[in-house]
Amino acid sequence: MAIVAKTSRFGKYGRPTLAWVVGLLFFFPIFWMVLTSFKTDADAVKPEHLIFFKPTFDNYINMTENYDYWRFAKNSVITAVMATVFTLFVGIPCAYAMAFNPSRATKDVLMWMLSTKMLPAAAVLYPMTFITKTAGLFDTHFLIILVLSLINMPIVIWMLFTYFKEIPKDIIEAGQMDGANTWGEIKEILIPLAWGGIASTALLCFIFCWNEAYWTVRLTTTDAATLSKLIEGNRAPEGLFFGRLSAVSAAAVGPIVVLGWFCQKQLVQGLTFGAVK
Amino acid sequence: MGRIVLKNVTKTFGETQVIPPLDLTIEDGEFAVFVGPSGCGKSTLLRMIAGLEDLTSGAIEIEGEDATEVPPAKRGLAMVFQSYALYPHMSVRKNIGFPLRMAKMEQSEIDERVETAAKSLNLMDYLDRKPADLSGGQRQRVAIGRAIVREPEAFLFDEPLSNLDAALRVGMRLEIGELHERLKTTMVYVTHDQVEAMTMANKIVVLRAGVIEQVGSPLELYHKPRNVFVAGFIGSPKMNIFSGPEAEKLDAATIGIRPEHIGVSMTDGLWKGRVGVAEHLGSDTFIHVHDTGLADMITVRITGDIAVKHGDTIYLTPQPDQIHKFDDEGLRN
Repeated sequence: MAIVAKTSRFGKYGRPTLAWVVGLLFFFPIFWMVLTSFKTDADAVKPEHLIFFKPTFDNYINMTENYDYWRFAKNSVITAVMATVFTLFVGIPCAYAMAFNPSRATKDVLMWMLSTKMLPAAAVLYPMTFITKTAGLFDTHFLIILVLSLINMPIVIWMLFTYFKEIPKDIIEAGQMDGANTWGEIKEILIPLAWGGIASTALLCFIFCWNEAYWTVRLTTTDAATLSKLIEGNRAPEGLFFGRLSAVSAAAVGPIVVLGWFCQKQLVQGLTFGAVK
Repeated sequence: MGRIVLKNVTKTFGETQVIPPLDLTIEDGEFAVFVGPSGCGKSTLLRMIAGLEDLTSGAIEIEGEDATEVPPAKRGLAMVFQSYALYPHMSVRKNIGFPLRMAKMEQSEIDERVETAAKSLNLMDYLDRKPADLSGGQRQRVAIGRAIVREPEAFLFDEPLSNLDAALRVGMRLEIGELHERLKTTMVYVTHDQVEAMTMANKIVVLRAGVIEQVGSPLELYHKPRNVFVAGFIGSPKMNIFSGPEAEKLDAATIGIRPEHIGVSMTDGLWKGRVGVAEHLGSDTFIHVHDTGLADMITVRITGDIAVKHGDTIYLTPQPDQIHKFDDEGLRN
């Protein structure tokens, strides 16, 4: 008789239940934020209107009319897209070189790049502010694109490196033998073969750029201010306007949640570094 | 056309020297086979010719020009890999046409050449398939097609048949042989299989630990192995090699006799032994003989069939002019 592994009771019922609980737990703040965004500031703090209340669009109308939401949104799109493009533009050749022509220093370089992520951002806040102001770059798109690119570069290179490593070296060498130059190899062989990985990496990089708040809040005032700055600006020192704040936050995270929803598969693949296939 | 000269080339990986200083000339139009046990540096040597591996020192000349610093793409060589290394995202047509596209050839010319190559390799029905939809043999043909379209100075083959099953391997061996006859282009072929080396090569280069043990035509190597290593490596079944009194009688430290150069008799002969296993192939019979006092086992090859079975007493007589004699250092006397 063949021996067949039995599914345990936990595996059959417990695990899905646990997954739902965790899922709901993570979803709840977003749900609550969206719910609150349809309440007036007064309703938002009243316990009797916790679930049942008269929905209003005032917060959203107010946001677009008085807080210039579209300008912030436009800046977010410009900086996140440009930073992602630039990061990939530098990251792909970089990861290609390390994956297929490694030197003795490659491993150390990779570790060093990752180590830069361990630097607390606050440690360089003053010099960054000073330098950017002196250089006249403060509150410019250029600066934000540059900063977003640099802080995401290590993780992007790491991810691309991992994907590129999965491509057999023979195929790249065959390209060399067939007369392809470096650019030809990248364009004709590497990018088509690692397309899935590159897309996942780009998506994650875009999300990280979109959500970045520390630097975008501190290095901008108006011209290059992103949605993070808009949320921060509605933190309202004069009181807690939860309805307003929720609307702004929902409008800021909305696009990225929708994008994430449509690209779930790539995201999971990206976050697990290709371990799930 | 492609004459390849290696001048004093060496290769070191970290602390390990895999290729000690080595000189070799492969003449234009020659079919040279690098053969040797795994880890002998034969693939490294081929990759150095290809430009995929840097030289630690020395120089490589291709068709009279120093190619040492020339990148692989510009050496005018084509390579067929053991893994085929086809581009999985491209159709067969695109795969074969890739080197031509990289050479910026006109699309009409590319199509024409791809068709010609596909016809000669029986790939016409598969031109629009992806490599994943092909069998091992077909993939290998595509890899060869990709190599021939650009009419290279020389072809480099890195164990191209290792991933094929035995029957296909024999077929592809013939096809590659015919290809060489037809194109007359220099070919450098790496294998660990001495049968492939013997059947295909004009020139065999036997390597051990990065050192060339002997260079010669297949029959030269078969009849006049320069040392014990080559004697044992070339020929199937392997040459019987042993030392002891029988060798001393012939003023040699070691002697070798090929299985096909030993006569057998059930009644009398020079050496007496007991039959271990007899392999009846129909055309030939391989008899493994024990207890001769010469070596653990002596292998004999008899043409046709012979009725011997396990445990029989058997007498062996070597053909005296076919005995290879080697000195203390294993070199041919």
